[in-house]
Amino acid sequence: MTSKLILSMNGVVLQEFGLDKEHMTIGRKPHNEIIIDNLAVSGEHAAIVTILNDSFLEDLDSTNGTLVNGTSIKKHFLQSNDVIEIGKYKLKYLNDQKNQSTAADFEKTMVFRASSRIASATPVKADLSEMTGKLKSTEQPQLSTTEKVPELRQTEAVIPSQPAFVTSAEKVVTDSATASDGETVSLPALATSAEKVPDSGQAMGVIQILTGPNAGKELELVKNLTTVGKSGFQVVVFTHRPHGYFVTYVEGASYPNLNGKPMDDQPCQLKEHDIIELAGIKMEFYFKS
Amino acid sequence: MDIEQALEIVSQTHPGVVRSHNEDSVAYDASCGLVVLADGMGGHNAGEIASGITVSLIPTDMRHSLESMRPEDRGDGGEDVGVVLLREKIQKANATIYHKSQSQSQYTGMGTTVVAGLFYDNRLAVAHVGDSRMYRLRGEIFEPITRDHSLLQEQIDRGMLSKEDARLSKNRNLITRAVGVDPEVEAEIHVHSVQVGDIYLLCSDGLNDMVVDDQIRTTLQMLRANLKLVAGRLIEMANDNGGRDNVSVILIKINGEFAAPRGWLAKMLSWFKN
Repeated sequence: MTSKLILSMNGVVLQEFGLDKEHMTIGRKPHNEIIIDNLAVSGEHAAIVTILNDSFLEDLDSTNGTLVNGTSIKKHFLQSNDVIEIGKYKLKYLNDQKNQSTAADFEKTMVFRASSRIASATPVKADLSEMTGKLKSTEQPQLSTTEKVPELRQTEAVIPSQPAFVTSAEKVVTDSATASDGETVSLPALATSAEKVPDSGQAMGVIQILTGPNAGKELELVKNLTTVGKSGFQVVVFTHRPHGYFVTYVEGASYPNLNGKPMDDQPCQLKEHDIIELAGIKMEFYFKS
Repeated sequence: MDIEQALEIVSQTHPGVVRSHNEDSVAYDASCGLVVLADGMGGHNAGEIASGITVSLIPTDMRHSLESMRPEDRGDGGEDVGVVLLREKIQKANATIYHKSQSQSQYTGMGTTVVAGLFYDNRLAVAHVGDSRMYRLRGEIFEPITRDHSLLQEQIDRGMLSKEDARLSKNRNLITRAVGVDPEVEAEIHVHSVQVGDIYLLCSDGLNDMVVDDQIRTTLQMLRANLKLVAGRLIEMANDNGGRDNVSVILIKINGEFAAPRGWLAKMLSWFKN
């Protein structure tokens, strides 16, 4: 058993209940596993369903309702340290099952044989709402500055160019990642592994265009990935990683230059004042504090 | 177009940043349009053995079978040839691993997931067991085309858990099917039509547990011109996010059609080639 509820009132602990059964009920009447003998509590007030290491709380249409962390709920997937409120009573949920980030042993894959099997399930359709942040390519004959694409937060498109390119209508290449680095991935377990989360105190990397019609323009590398260049001609990607910024060749017949030397397939970590030369356009990397 | 030219395939596997050894195995053979990824489990090095057997046995056996079969062949009951072949190969891998685990005590209980794709005649048959996945990027749509055989997926299917809540669960890594743990295994197999421009991604859970689908999609879309870079970047992202598990990817980009030659002339020619 890895989880329990601690019943308290006005800060005084009254009792502890281990969640050792798959189905347990909380209520005023004596047949409940967790009995709270108070008139504000319904006969059968709420139920807790525990499946291995996960527990779910459900309000059983109680008269006075059930709160979790101050919010009224009907059903709730309990997370360790959640506080359930029923009348004046509080039940703190504790689950000491190790998070996977701290105990590699717990994440060994195991076969769960007891479970009923799903016969020939059909493929799942991805949530279409996830697709709204689609990539946009810009088609501007003249060199543009920075453009905001409405459906993407902070999406930027920077098109370095020179006169030879201006004739081409499909100078593309934008960046865009829908999540910025600060939030990386919303895995709760990750929040604890501090050394892996990008350091938010890290100075932001910026690319400044030095030559060509866009000279002087700046591009802040706020996303995990920012591609720059002309699709099919020469493209590099700037990646923002926990330990710094990197530039990597993506495509093109020739490799771009970094500080006057041609790059290869490998990512290069960027240092202050590195000069990248891409399709004849020079740009400088620096940190903005 | 010849299938070897129509498919651009890259693969990469990495132990991650927490684990000392890599129990994932990957293999592909462009000439017969086959990709296989397996994520092994079991003590000591048993996981590697199980996944290793799977990715070596399936391609070897598949090459052998394809010499005597054609895409329009049908199995008993009119089943697609890809379905028949993949099922047969996975059952064979299952029997081999199961036998080994029964006969040698250090391998007791070993097993593996598998996801395998067979490209033929502008089609793709996908077989999987466990929680290794195949995704498809078609146009702007990026979605899984396999559904995990896991406790969490069953809970999602029953409406007990939302996809978002599944990320909070402490019941991860519980799979409901595996290759090599029982005398028989039932692989789930579906046939999909393939379009030029599609990108397919096979991955172990070390990727999709550490990196959300949306970030995988963005990486695929932005760097699609350089598949090798995509593979490296996906592994980098999983490791930057904690790299708690082995992480493996196979990427397939469809650069052209690969319809099987039809008609008596084509058949004659291919007959003479053999």
